[in-house]
Amino acid sequence: MDILRFITAGSVDDGKSTLIGRLLYDTKSILADQMEAVERASKTRGDGEIDLALLTDGLRSEREQGITIDVAYKYFQTPNRKFISIDAPGHIQYTRNMVTGASNADLAIILIDARQGVVEQTRRHSLIASLLGIPHIVVAVNKMDLVGYSEDAFLQIAQEYKKLADKLGIKDLKIIPVSALAGDNIVDKSEAMPWYTGETMLHFLENVNVLNDLNLTDARMAVQYVLRPQTEELHDYRGYAGRIQSGVFKKGDSITVLPSEQTSKIAKIEVYGEEVEEATAPQSVTILLETDVDISRGDLISGAGNQPILSQDVEATICWMDDRKELKVGNKYTLQHGTSLVRCSVKGIEYRIDVNNYEHLEDIESLKLNDIAKVTLRTAKPLAYDSYLKNRANGAAILIDETSHVTVGACMVEA
Amino acid sequence: MSNIQSPESIVQRQDYLDQLESEAIYIMREVAGQFERPALLFSGGKDSITLVRLAQKAFAPGKIPFPLVHIDTGHNFPEATQYRDWLANEVGAKLIVRQVEDTIKAKGLKEQTGKNATRNWLQTFTLLDTIEEFEFDACIGGARRDEEKARAKERIFSFRDEFGQWDPKRQRPELWNLFNGKISKGENVRCFPISNWTELDVWSYIEREKIPLPSIYFSHQREMILRDGNLLANADFIFKDENDVIVTKTVRFRTVGDMTCTAAVESDADTIEKVVNEIKATRISERGETRIDDQQTEAAMEDRKKGGYF
Repeated sequence: MDILRFITAGSVDDGKSTLIGRLLYDTKSILADQMEAVERASKTRGDGEIDLALLTDGLRSEREQGITIDVAYKYFQTPNRKFISIDAPGHIQYTRNMVTGASNADLAIILIDARQGVVEQTRRHSLIASLLGIPHIVVAVNKMDLVGYSEDAFLQIAQEYKKLADKLGIKDLKIIPVSALAGDNIVDKSEAMPWYTGETMLHFLENVNVLNDLNLTDARMAVQYVLRPQTEELHDYRGYAGRIQSGVFKKGDSITVLPSEQTSKIAKIEVYGEEVEEATAPQSVTILLETDVDISRGDLISGAGNQPILSQDVEATICWMDDRKELKVGNKYTLQHGTSLVRCSVKGIEYRIDVNNYEHLEDIESLKLNDIAKVTLRTAKPLAYDSYLKNRANGAAILIDETSHVTVGACMVEA
Repeated sequence: MSNIQSPESIVQRQDYLDQLESEAIYIMREVAGQFERPALLFSGGKDSITLVRLAQKAFAPGKIPFPLVHIDTGHNFPEATQYRDWLANEVGAKLIVRQVEDTIKAKGLKEQTGKNATRNWLQTFTLLDTIEEFEFDACIGGARRDEEKARAKERIFSFRDEFGQWDPKRQRPELWNLFNGKISKGENVRCFPISNWTELDVWSYIEREKIPLPSIYFSHQREMILRDGNLLANADFIFKDENDVIVTKTVRFRTVGDMTCTAAVESDADTIEKVVNEIKATRISERGETRIDDQQTEAAMEDRKKGGYF
């Protein structure tokens, strides 16, 4: 059994929460008392129908307003897989939340209302999913019951979406006609749509191969913590603790430490105190080296020969997340990349991306909340990074406001 | 090198518990790496016991580099406090215990009285005082997102202002696995390494790792108070009236909180295997079945967290 993390993107009325509610309900992941609570709450609101969306809306103001404000996590499992569903609101003012949710997703479900087809927000959600490098996209053409389960309606939407996916370079795409409310093609095959012979939503989620999404080529590990027990028997022990971000490390491998560019060989790899011959992403390990090297938190251990880029000039796609202050050229921030913190300043804004039609807008002076743009940064120390689309783990960074300490930007670095 | 397997096969060999463990250990190490004075909030319950095992693994072969902190309401199960002392000694960790009773006296706090009175809310005062006393900048807790709907929305690194308050509407965006632990003096961060674990994951992990648990988690005979369909363990400090019936039952506890607000389930499961099987078969959630404090209002947990609760 493994884990699949997926995000659902859709707007207030697309039935996104209903879809998750349906997955939970049909896989029997909702327990009796939780169901009773939803029934009670549905009755209080007086709309008669049991509202499965209430299963995911956790905060008081969300339940009061009937909308999802924040990213919510739900868990369910089948005999094959543990699922982590990430529910993020899809409205334009919540682009920040979708980016947040998408950053940890292996797969995105994009909901389209069958009555409306591909709309502005479909383009926005698809763009975010592709910028964030989510490897698998499933389009759920929802509310098929409201278009008479029409095959033509579905095919038309599917065709239109494929054009969009080509434009964005989406590789693994699956399009499924569903009704989350009625349960068609979610867990059970729809009897109302005999013309659809493909997989149901759950079947696809259970079987999509995420093993191949791991980068096993570029050996990288950011050092989190130096273990020095300094006891009698472990007097000379010096272990570098971290989680392998990508690639494979083996005993005897030559490595380079960045940014210092010192070299050594791996003497030992330990997994929680026990020695192993080799280890791979995403394992947490401790690496011991053959020679004394000056390493501390924030350094990156890389396989020798296949090293990341080492530079103080960084180009990145950024999503701006601060609702109080704008990003302007010349501003300074703390950049967190891997385990390193480094000061940086904004050198330029190349262009802003119109999230609805993908046009590049130039001559941009500043970025506001939810803006997505290409920027150039200059860091105070060299940064050891890979291109985000090649190596998500070592190409991602956040910007932190130097005084409020709030996370204000999400960066996808380009090489 | 025929004894070395292909990377793909190693990845495949890592099952979901390995992945959860690796993530939790990564978070533990981030806490130790980013903060100067972290602490692990230990309740004696299975989730914080799991945290202690994860912390041991994260820093092996060294010792856990932060203290275990227990906020003792004085209403704990004696089995849980005995276990706490044994475990701290066993893993060689420093144990700090602070009593809610002392805070009540020192601050003249008013306790709830009567039926279903609990010190649950008062724990927050002692917790915030303890954080101040030791200047903890990070507190590791065993909260899980599947437990409760307000917790489903909380970050793994959850920022608290100088009054210990959680503001659900102004949470920091949390992207990838880049945890932002930057704070100013007086503020702190609550860190939740097992956010992505479910109740069943915790039990399965305890089974796999053969982690010893306090005896109350397994089937035993006990004198109970039967009240509104809930079974509460009998103790002198629990207020009883004529509607309460005292019965002897064979029970186990699915969660371990205060005796005043933790209900038992009737069960013959006396081994971890049997408990895991019962959890797999249950149709009622953990908090719904056993936490009287959460049955009170729809947003009980959200309100407590805003006030600085765990």
